[in-house]
Amino acid sequence: MKPAPFAYARARSVEEAVALLAEKPDAKVLAGGQSLIATLNMRLSAPALLVDINGIDGRDGIVHKGGMVEIGALARHVQAERSEVIASFAPLLASAMPHIGHPAIRNRGTIGGSIAFADPAAELPACLLALGGEIEAQGPEGKRTIKADDFFRGLFETALGAQDVLTAVRVPAAAQDTRTGFAELTRRHGDYAIIGLAASAKADGMGLKDVRLAYFGVGATPVRARQAEAALSGEASEKRIDAAIAALELDPPDDVQATGAAKKHLAGVLLRGVVRQLMEPAR
Amino acid sequence: MSSRAFDITLIVNGGAVTERVEARKTLVDFLRDDLGLTGSHVGCEHGVCGACTVRVNGAILRGCLMLAVQCDGARIETIEGVSDSGEIADLQDAFERRNALQCGFCTPAMVLTAQELLAQPGVPSREAIREHISGNYCRCTGYQAIVDAIEAVAQARSLSPSFWGASGASEPGIRTRDANAHLDSGSGPAGRPGMTVTRRAT
Repeated sequence: MKPAPFAYARARSVEEAVALLAEKPDAKVLAGGQSLIATLNMRLSAPALLVDINGIDGRDGIVHKGGMVEIGALARHVQAERSEVIASFAPLLASAMPHIGHPAIRNRGTIGGSIAFADPAAELPACLLALGGEIEAQGPEGKRTIKADDFFRGLFETALGAQDVLTAVRVPAAAQDTRTGFAELTRRHGDYAIIGLAASAKADGMGLKDVRLAYFGVGATPVRARQAEAALSGEASEKRIDAAIAALELDPPDDVQATGAAKKHLAGVLLRGVVRQLMEPAR
Repeated sequence: MSSRAFDITLIVNGGAVTERVEARKTLVDFLRDDLGLTGSHVGCEHGVCGACTVRVNGAILRGCLMLAVQCDGARIETIEGVSDSGEIADLQDAFERRNALQCGFCTPAMVLTAQELLAQPGVPSREAIREHISGNYCRCTGYQAIVDAIEAVAQARSLSPSFWGASGASEPGIRTRDANAHLDSGSGPAGRPGMTVTRRAT
């Protein structure tokens, strides 16, 4: 199908984008467009106005500063995939990146767009949640920072308001004791996951602490498995992993790819593999 | 200021093009319907099949997931352009020799996608090839021969990197068609408009 007619405007600054978003009640930000344009083509959405932010300069940097890795909203997936900063200081993002779509998608899709779109089966929202990252947004009232834990509110619903523009995402830079793990199951490489898991932790002697497990493809938002996180704290053992799997409080709904029961089972399978990754020393 | 139609000027396969487009028109529809470059195919229209793959400013993209209006000032290359320039002559030969297609609907995009992988240094593993073309999987399951063709070209190019591209490097022992022959006559082959299409908005 073809998109329904819409008006289009190019913003040259974040301030201009915020102002343009007020022009029509149903205006949407167009970043990489790899999800948005698909929904337009399918007429799943028909906004009155698209505000194209691709022409805003200086919003695609990936930098390490103040103990954080900051990724400008317009950084393309391919930039993150090739970034030395990501490879060295955000290894979870580095391992997730090749699973996101396909090369042609990664050449165009943006990190900010993926977070703002908040597809519950997408990799990056779960990674941001697993890392305890934060989102920087700018709206009519100025700038604000939102914690990943408070950002994903419902199905394709975030803490962003109708006139907010996501400007950057930040994750804590990996330290010597940072451990991360990532796994997903898909029918075809690059597809949205049937289920996936992004995880981070701190090494603590022979075990782990501060474990954060963020599942995707299991509900309306990426979901933390807090009881399993707690069960994994302490000295690592197969028994502890078994206990964490038993403690998984997920209740995934059935979808076109798998039943909820199958996903719940797969959640345990993924957790076993990901905990092994968490136990490996940082490269 | 927002609007529903825009004048855009861009370079398509080396030639300047100026057209008026509706904001809602996708790049692939623009290339096919307005410029007659029908080598880029429209399959799923939501980014899954990859049949609409084109190159924008040197990187492959989904032609159905970018708006034509966003391409103002961009440099676009379609399968017609890279075919006429001879850049992919060896890939085309390898596909032909191995019959690396069934219906051929996915082939132009498959070739463009393969070319991007082969532009990276080194010879990719079969697994890396499969991963790279995973966004172009279509219906026929005939991928074995496609992977064979891409792998063979990768190996051939690594042996003679200086020939890569323009003059048509090929696998050893395989004759390469003279990809530039039709350019010497000053016009593209029949049914392939677009090398130097220049239009003005009316």
